[in-house]
Amino acid sequence: MYVAVKGGEAAIANAHRLLADRRRGDRSLPSITIEQVVEQLGLAVDRVMAEASLYDPALAALAVRQARGDMIEAIFILRAYRTTLPRFGYSEPVDTATMKVERRVSATYKDLPGGQLLGPTFDYTHRLLDPSLIADEAVAEPAAKEPGEHVMRVSDILDGEGLIEGDGRMPEGHVMGDLTREPMEFPMARDLRLQALARGDEGFLLALAYSTQRGYGRTHPFVGEVRIGEVEVELDLPELGFAVSLGLIRVTECQMVNQFKGSAKQPPQFTRGYGLVFGQSERKAMSMSLVDRALRTDEFSEDIVAPAQDQEFVISHADNVQATGFVEHLKLPHYVDFQAELDLVRRMRREYEAARAGGEDGMKEAAE
Amino acid sequence: MNDLATYNFAYLDEQTKRMIRRAILKAVAIPGYQVPFASREMPMPYGWGTGGVQVTASILGPNDVLKVIDQGADDTTNAVSIRAFFQKVADVAVTTKTKDATIIQTRHRIPEETLKEGQTLVYQVPIPEPLRFLEPRETETRKMHALEEYGLMHVKLYEDIARNGHIATTYAYPVKVEGRYVMDPSPTPKFDNPKMHMSEALQLFGAGREKRIYAVPPYTEVVSLDFEDHPFEIQQFDKPCALCGAENVYLDEVVLDDKGGRMFVCSDTDHCEDRRAHGHAGQMLARPTQESQEAAE
Ligand SMILES: [Zn+2]
Repeated sequence: MYVAVKGGEAAIANAHRLLADRRRGDRSLPSITIEQVVEQLGLAVDRVMAEASLYDPALAALAVRQARGDMIEAIFILRAYRTTLPRFGYSEPVDTATMKVERRVSATYKDLPGGQLLGPTFDYTHRLLDPSLIADEAVAEPAAKEPGEHVMRVSDILDGEGLIEGDGRMPEGHVMGDLTREPMEFPMARDLRLQALARGDEGFLLALAYSTQRGYGRTHPFVGEVRIGEVEVELDLPELGFAVSLGLIRVTECQMVNQFKGSAKQPPQFTRGYGLVFGQSERKAMSMSLVDRALRTDEFSEDIVAPAQDQEFVISHADNVQATGFVEHLKLPHYVDFQAELDLVRRMRREYEAARAGGEDGMKEAAE
Repeated sequence: MNDLATYNFAYLDEQTKRMIRRAILKAVAIPGYQVPFASREMPMPYGWGTGGVQVTASILGPNDVLKVIDQGADDTTNAVSIRAFFQKVADVAVTTKTKDATIIQTRHRIPEETLKEGQTLVYQVPIPEPLRFLEPRETETRKMHALEEYGLMHVKLYEDIARNGHIATTYAYPVKVEGRYVMDPSPTPKFDNPKMHMSEALQLFGAGREKRIYAVPPYTEVVSLDFEDHPFEIQQFDKPCALCGAENVYLDEVVLDDKGGRMFVCSDTDHCEDRRAHGHAGQMLARPTQESQEAAE
């Protein structure tokens, strides 16, 4: 007899109980604390904050734990929370020149004011599994002093000679957009594009950035500078008449220096791609800066010949919460539509068989 | 972190609801036109009804009675989940009965029972742009709508006929609204298209991921695209519903065993239950008493 295959409330409740069980795992082991996630899986927390566009390490850590380590799920959970938060206003642009730099490298100069500062990087580690971590052996204190140095931005060094374009300004009278509060429309100005890239999927941007290096929209990039450290966030309060500090956030900034031939109106000048990401994520900031530069085709009258240069393609597909939702929605029931397709295919098959039978009869007749 | 659990009535804040209502009003004023709106990030995944949920949340009042269906059924998992969401965040009365509902949120179906004045049908829409698969760029498709340039769509339908002898579109079958905009009816089977025409109910369409809202106001012309020599036609089923005996309704195919056994039952579960409650019985339900009852009717 007919067995109802449709799920109900009980099935959903049971599934969620099982999920909670799997999330907790073996009860004889202590559960991970939020503090442990913040302290020991800091880069996972950073990624969740960056792509959820919400700077709160404790909540991001909670999301990572709740999502069993599934990064996109964690980003989704944190975004759904962010969306309910009231807006008090928009902060002043952060001044990364005043960053307390923990890491700062430039590929364009051997040495420069403030020097090269490696900081806490995986670079030059040998990627050998480290058994000492299993035994939880004591870890030595770092040699370096506390971060806190302000160092000149490389783009300002080049800017002194007029060899590089400036920081970039939006046209006069342009009101800064908010991707999370306005409908998306194309063509999209650079302020909104950068917002979309900053919260875009790290893997997607990495692949697109990589594609520009392999010739799909080549931009001849040099890392002018990557810097990681803390910057102050300020909010301008009209009632007070001055900006007040809201606190410090850790960010990664990448200034990519790209080749550009001059035009009739402009002398030859380097151009730039820009990346700025919450937390420590050089891969994301560098990818973002490459894609930002690739997308600036209209400013430099470049032909759009590659995916990374196509803003509708890039921006429409960079958001992993949107992407995962839509890809995974295919597992929702679609049987009503499938039934319609099934019906049509059966009908077309009948017509095909009938036509073929008719054709064979015709052949026989002709032979007789 | 402990006072997180307080949400506004129907989840969205009032400012957001006002923004969405403005988009809905504009959509009603220009039937079939896709109005961009600042879609919010909802606590369910994109593609799972975030557009429909935002529309419903914005029009829902404390006295509304809500029905949620997916594939025509009230008990499909996502319908259960969305209904539970509104019970939780709006404490709203819910029903499975089409005629008792003031707002019906749906995915992929229009109820069999004719909707009445005062009812609102909210569709969940994955891809609002009917021209999307002919032209992937939003910048281009908006131009095509503005210029009423729909030749490409007719070429596509014509190519279907040339290749297959049929228009091979069975769901999300494009319609023209009030003689102006070509509109995607959402992925409902084309069987449901005629129900949209001159409907007494207000029909609202929400696409969350694509950030678009559109509408068909009551008593609006909705015409499925076709050709004079290939007129639009809906799916026909050979047999009536195996449970309630209904004809001229949309049926789901249910596989009974691994030997090719099949049965066809109403996709609209409320319609089917209602008919059975009124004594109708299909082949698989038929008992002698009921059969004689049917014969007597
Ligand atoms: Zn039935």
